[in-house]
Amino acid sequence: MRNILTIAKRELGSYFTSPVAYVFLVIFLLLTGFFTFTAGQFFERGEASLAAFFGWHPWLYLVLVPAVGMRLWAEERRAGTIELLLTMPITPWQAIAGKFLASWIFLGIALALTFPVVITANVLGSPDNGMVFTGYVGSLFLAGAYLAVTCLTSAMTRNQVVAFILSVVACLFLILAGFNPVTDLMVRWASPAFIDTVAAFSVVTHFDGFQKGVIDGRDLAYFLSVIGFALFATSIVLRNR
Amino acid sequence: MIKIENLVKAFGAKRAVDGISFSVERGEVVGFLGPNGSGKSTTMRMITGYYAPDSGRVSVGGHDVVDSPLEAKRLIGYLPENAAAYSDMTVRGFLEFAAELRGLSGGAKRTAVGRAVERCFLASVLHQSIDTLSKGYRHRTCLAQALIHEPEVLVLDEPTDGLDPNQKHEVRNLIKELGKSKAVVFSTHILEEVDASCTRAIIIDRGRIVAQGTPDELGRPLDEVFRRLTIPDTATK
Repeated sequence: MRNILTIAKRELGSYFTSPVAYVFLVIFLLLTGFFTFTAGQFFERGEASLAAFFGWHPWLYLVLVPAVGMRLWAEERRAGTIELLLTMPITPWQAIAGKFLASWIFLGIALALTFPVVITANVLGSPDNGMVFTGYVGSLFLAGAYLAVTCLTSAMTRNQVVAFILSVVACLFLILAGFNPVTDLMVRWASPAFIDTVAAFSVVTHFDGFQKGVIDGRDLAYFLSVIGFALFATSIVLRNR
Repeated sequence: MIKIENLVKAFGAKRAVDGISFSVERGEVVGFLGPNGSGKSTTMRMITGYYAPDSGRVSVGGHDVVDSPLEAKRLIGYLPENAAAYSDMTVRGFLEFAAELRGLSGGAKRTAVGRAVERCFLASVLHQSIDTLSKGYRHRTCLAQALIHEPEVLVLDEPTDGLDPNQKHEVRNLIKELGKSKAVVFSTHILEEVDASCTRAIIIDRGRIVAQGTPDELGRPLDEVFRRLTIPDTATK
């Protein structure tokens, strides 16, 4: 555990010693603001809820989470520091977990900084704050799932751009499997059971529950297994370096 | 301390290391000589547990590197090729990070960092970030990282590469000094270094050991011996 924290601390520190962290935070907050209030028609909806805010997260994270995670392993490979890290007396798991944790905490910080949206909703009306809370929990797990996929693609290459593109594509599949326009297309030739099975692999399907104020064990299990599987695959990729 | 038996590692069809065996005891400084691409780095990466060997065994201090990696890695200090270091960290931050991963904390960590800084003459750049360092300082920072936990085994991949003559001299003396109490393996393609700091030299070419012994046993002049034993890159093409 101590090794995990040491690695996480270093990794988190390296976000904040470069301008990356601040650029990311500003862009993230600007975009959430834009999508919530302008594109999401927060005021025109006339309801005190954060649906306009959370509804965009799967799409927003599609670009932003890979941007945060793409350097995790690709940069270590490029700079050769991976050799230093993996010859330390630590297990590969500790390195993987530490790095994942650092980026997840960073995304958590970004998400926490969206608190003015919650205050706005509370000033203007009386939203169900339990629902807001589960929405945030779901959003954090959504970010975690994307991030774990990005860890995997980042471990595959020494080029951050390649890692970024691969993870955007992989995460896009995770969205599209349950995205309504896509499932509507499949209705014509696939059985409803098949569509449901495909949709069950989608982050959107499982994220919806959280937005409705429900923390369902199945949704939680889904996100945790995506994270677990992607990190496990990362360890295999690293072992076969 | 280091025992290598019949080590083999292939990348695709190319056998980078092809059946190497040797051992290094405490108090020895073994120079690992060979042309570029002869398998020096690959061998060192297998000693430190970065690569898993295709066949053969490596044990460090009696611990098999593949079966009990953590025990073996604890005994090793490693300077990778090109002295890789986290360029966004300060020298102090980097050394503290290395010390923490080596299980040091509190007072022990401070002492270890202080000792490594003194030994590698890093006091003047302690708070500088690594990407602003000159190559010599960067190299010494990475060397300090390798020494931080007073390892019994030191594996140094081209420790003098890219240093100016004064720095080379310092590093050679340091290696000699460290070799009195530790088992040291270092790779180089500079022959004068063998005379300057080795108790024994191993010459490898295309993944195989072609000669080993003390510099005197190998014969003089060394560069002639080296040229005779290793086939130049241009001849193989």
